[in-house]
Amino acid sequence: MMKTAGPMLEIKKLNVSIHGAPILEELNLTVRAGEVAAIMGPNGSGKSTLAYVIAGKPDYDIVSGEIRFDGENLLELEPSERAQMGAFLAFQYPVEIPGVATMTFLKAALNAQRRSRGEADLTTPDFMRRVREASQTLKIDQEMLRRPLNVGFSGGEKKRLEILQMELLRPRLCVLDETDSGLDIDALKVVSDGVNALRDPDRAFLVITHYQRLLEHIRPDVVHVMAKGRIVASGGPELALELERNGYRHYAEAAA
Amino acid sequence: MTTHVIQRSTAETTLMRQFELGKLSSSPRRADAFGRFTQRGLPTRRVESWHYTDLRAAMRDAAPLAPAPNSGAIEGAHKILGDRKRIAAWRIVLVDGRLIAELCDQLPPGVSFSREEPTPVDVDDPMVALNEAMSVEAHVLTVADDARIEGPIEVTHIATAKDACSLYSRVAILLGVGASAAFIESYLGAGPDVQRNSSTILTLAEGARAKHVVLVEDDAELHVESQIGQLAAGAELNAFALVAGGALTRRQLFYKLIGREAKVILGGLTLLDGARRADTTLQVVHAAEAGTSREYYRAIVDDEAVGTFQGKVIVENTAQKTDGAMKAQAILLSPRAQMNVKPELEIFADDVVCGHGATVGSLDPEQLFYMMARSLERDEAESMLLEAFGEEAIGRIEDDVLAKALREPFRAWLARERATRVGKGEIVPRESAS
Repeated sequence: MMKTAGPMLEIKKLNVSIHGAPILEELNLTVRAGEVAAIMGPNGSGKSTLAYVIAGKPDYDIVSGEIRFDGENLLELEPSERAQMGAFLAFQYPVEIPGVATMTFLKAALNAQRRSRGEADLTTPDFMRRVREASQTLKIDQEMLRRPLNVGFSGGEKKRLEILQMELLRPRLCVLDETDSGLDIDALKVVSDGVNALRDPDRAFLVITHYQRLLEHIRPDVVHVMAKGRIVASGGPELALELERNGYRHYAEAAA
Repeated sequence: MTTHVIQRSTAETTLMRQFELGKLSSSPRRADAFGRFTQRGLPTRRVESWHYTDLRAAMRDAAPLAPAPNSGAIEGAHKILGDRKRIAAWRIVLVDGRLIAELCDQLPPGVSFSREEPTPVDVDDPMVALNEAMSVEAHVLTVADDARIEGPIEVTHIATAKDACSLYSRVAILLGVGASAAFIESYLGAGPDVQRNSSTILTLAEGARAKHVVLVEDDAELHVESQIGQLAAGAELNAFALVAGGALTRRQLFYKLIGREAKVILGGLTLLDGARRADTTLQVVHAAEAGTSREYYRAIVDDEAVGTFQGKVIVENTAQKTDGAMKAQAILLSPRAQMNVKPELEIFADDVVCGHGATVGSLDPEQLFYMMARSLERDEAESMLLEAFGEEAIGRIEDDVLAKALREPFRAWLARERATRVGKGEIVPRESAS
């Protein structure tokens, strides 16, 4: 694929509202290939909205602005096309799909992506091998993969399955929406190791979190602070530590 | 009784002429049944159990009675059977309402098949009475006491007429004490000018166990099917129907649990598109103690199609310790699609556990978004969700062979449905959602 020079993800003057209420206001954000960018911010600052809008969730009104991924305007694409291009959202609340076996879904997702690139479907043994390998490192047992997608999974199982899908689909832009929520320390370690294993000069991460805790495991290159629907400060990893000590209050006031 | 001039509809007048001109009217039993029909006439929406299917209005006329199949018709039936994957271990074939011996298999030991005069059933419904009067042949399939038949027995109802015609068939299935067997009744070959009225009478003696699956795969103008069942003590029946074709389909089920600890599980999956209509109306009467009933119906409704589910569970005062649960769920794929759901409980005993639930909605947008965010195209995501919805219903039959028989027409319908939705531009994979 031809890559355009410049940032992998570029968001310019993005204004988003839901039922007429503005959520993101004049938001600007740039993420470069190879970068791990953290977005931190208080509840209600619009972090999850940003994640959903990048992935293409239909509930939002995009008032103005643009989101470019490799130079292409994502806002004109269906969620499936964004995913096929290599954008991935690890959901904060993965959706339960009764009646669809996890394995069946994984195979459909992988093959949909391959078809979009003009590649043949994976053979069953090849698919099984990939899943087995990826699930071992994430400590996912095969029995879980036979169950309906996310149905009856614990919080930790759901998050590990999100990372498994990320590993299988090998996206170039990974958006992690509060992947640490609902995880105990052991699961946090497993999930973080999975993410770290995917760090690559051609891949970027946007790690959305409320707490510094996750960033002890996934070390960010850049930290952005979000408040009231926009990025109000950017800096190095030290910014996350400062937030942990002093809280978001100062930034929330600055954004007002 | 008040007497007044009854305005007969065209269809009713034709039916009366057909009955009187035919040889059937010489049988007192049939004449009695026809009398019960004419007393009521074709049902209208004023009859509560027919409220959503006004048959009198829908039936402009009664199609001519189908003639006995000639060699060409039998050849046609042969071809229809040949084009279809064989499901059952044993097959009985009715062509245009008549048994065709040369197309039937030798039945296994413990199962017998005979032709008899229709016997009346304890159901007050004009279409059931009409079926009793008009069925040229009535057949009885008997499973002997304690016989355990492995592998399903299929009764295939084939329509071969090219022109408008009406078909009547009547099959009674009797399971002896402690017997067990599985049955498939499939309806094939009917074109858009065929009017069908079919009855199946299932009688389970003490401790008998049966599974019964109905496949409506053809495109009749009218498919009226009555299933009348009676379960003795400890008997257990699991019956399921897949409706994938037909302009107007009416399935009506009348079940009675007459012995203690009987159990009936009724399920169905109705697939509707275009301007088709399908109505499932059932009644389960608990007349003995400690019975169990489960009703589990699902429908997928697209375009301007209309689905109906009416379920009534009656617990008589003799039926303490009854355990009943009814559930109806539908997915509407178009803003013009409709589903009528009416569950009812009438409970005259005080120590029972009965409940019902119903949901009607579109595909879950959260699920669709999640699947699309993992690269699946919208139509593929929709198909997977619909397949999962139907599979959950099919799984209730708890039999691999029968589930497979149901799954094939279900998947074929889904594939056709997906193709037409893409064709109509309802799914445009390469455009953004606005």
